[in-house]
Amino acid sequence: MSTQKVQIVEKILDANDQLANQILKKLNDAEIFAINIMASPGSGKTSVILKTIEKLKGEMNIAVIEGDTAAVTIDADKVTALGMPAVQINTGGQCHLDAVLMEQGVDALDLSDIDLLIVENVGNLICPASFKIGTHSNVVVASVPEGDDKPYKYTNIYRGIDVLLLNKTDLLPYIDFRLDYFKDGIHALNQNLKFFEVSCKTGEGIEDWIDWLREKVKAQKNHR
Amino acid sequence: MHELAVTESILKIAEKHAVQSQAKKVTDVHIVIGRLSSIVNDSIQFYWDIISKNTLCENAKLHFERVPAKVLCLNCSFEFELPGELTPCPKCQSMRLKVIKGEEFWLDSIEIER
Ligand SMILES: Nc1nc2c(ncn2[C@@H]2O[C@H](COP(=O)(O)OP(=O)(O)O)[C@@H](O)[C@H]2O)c(=O)[nH]1
Ligand SMILES: [Mg+2]
Ligand SMILES: [Zn+2]
Repeated sequence: MSTQKVQIVEKILDANDQLANQILKKLNDAEIFAINIMASPGSGKTSVILKTIEKLKGEMNIAVIEGDTAAVTIDADKVTALGMPAVQINTGGQCHLDAVLMEQGVDALDLSDIDLLIVENVGNLICPASFKIGTHSNVVVASVPEGDDKPYKYTNIYRGIDVLLLNKTDLLPYIDFRLDYFKDGIHALNQNLKFFEVSCKTGEGIEDWIDWLREKVKAQKNHR
Repeated sequence: MHELAVTESILKIAEKHAVQSQAKKVTDVHIVIGRLSSIVNDSIQFYWDIISKNTLCENAKLHFERVPAKVLCLNCSFEFELPGELTPCPKCQSMRLKVIKGEEFWLDSIEIER
């Protein structure tokens, strides 16, 4: 029996992308601006989220979806403590959130009452970038102690993201981190990236990030 | 762990097209992976062998075509392939670069028996 070739050319993550688009539509209908925060463990995702809530909670309603590989609610509890709704999604060991898990998280929230939705993706830099979850912006939190060579080694992470926060800039005097070298690498990979240098510890640079976010939330309300 | 989710996706797409083509059996699956997409092929084959049991794709062989990442030098317009890590332009040593290719991740074709 002879074999026959069938040409396909179909994106492998197409099903995930389609569901992500449906989620995005749902969020748009509810006039919610949503961001997907990705980073290695410890770079400061939770710190950025808490800082952001602190700065914006007087002006808007913020909800948080916490992705974790296990059923630990430490991060979610910190958000709830600030008076904002948080949903915990346990990925059951999976290294990233995907659109299916994201949909569960979104459906567990009362969308009518939210202006900004923040998703803390699983702490891992390698995988989440491949899986769209239906947010408007993909945000990576890098941090000074991770080193200035990460864009050169993990090229795929900095593609397809919209915002990069370089956190822990208060540690720059103590760590050999060539800011220009880091920025060159980032720029080579992604020309359209918004770049913010911040310190969650001192608060330096946070206002710029908050201004950007505030504009985005406002634009999401106005464009309908 | 995300290779499992990816492998399930590959199986779904391959099965769909196998059924559409009235295949009795799928013998080969060709996958194109850009160097900038973070998928590891060894574990895909591992999961594949498990989850393709009792499907049209049982025992089908996976073939991976790795597409290198291409970079354009914004300083001298030289185009070159990334050796792995991001490196300066080999012609002029500039770091003003722009990645132009390498994110492919699709199922290219299957080979079937009718
Ligand atoms: N020095 C310094 N430490 C920080 C900063 N931001 C976060 N940290 C610390 O880094 C650790 C990890 O932060 P966390 O927000 O839990 O990271 P996550 O795992 O990405 O959510 C904690 O001990 C934080 O106190 C910063 O700007 N400067
Ligand atoms: Mg955290
Ligand atoms: Zn050059």
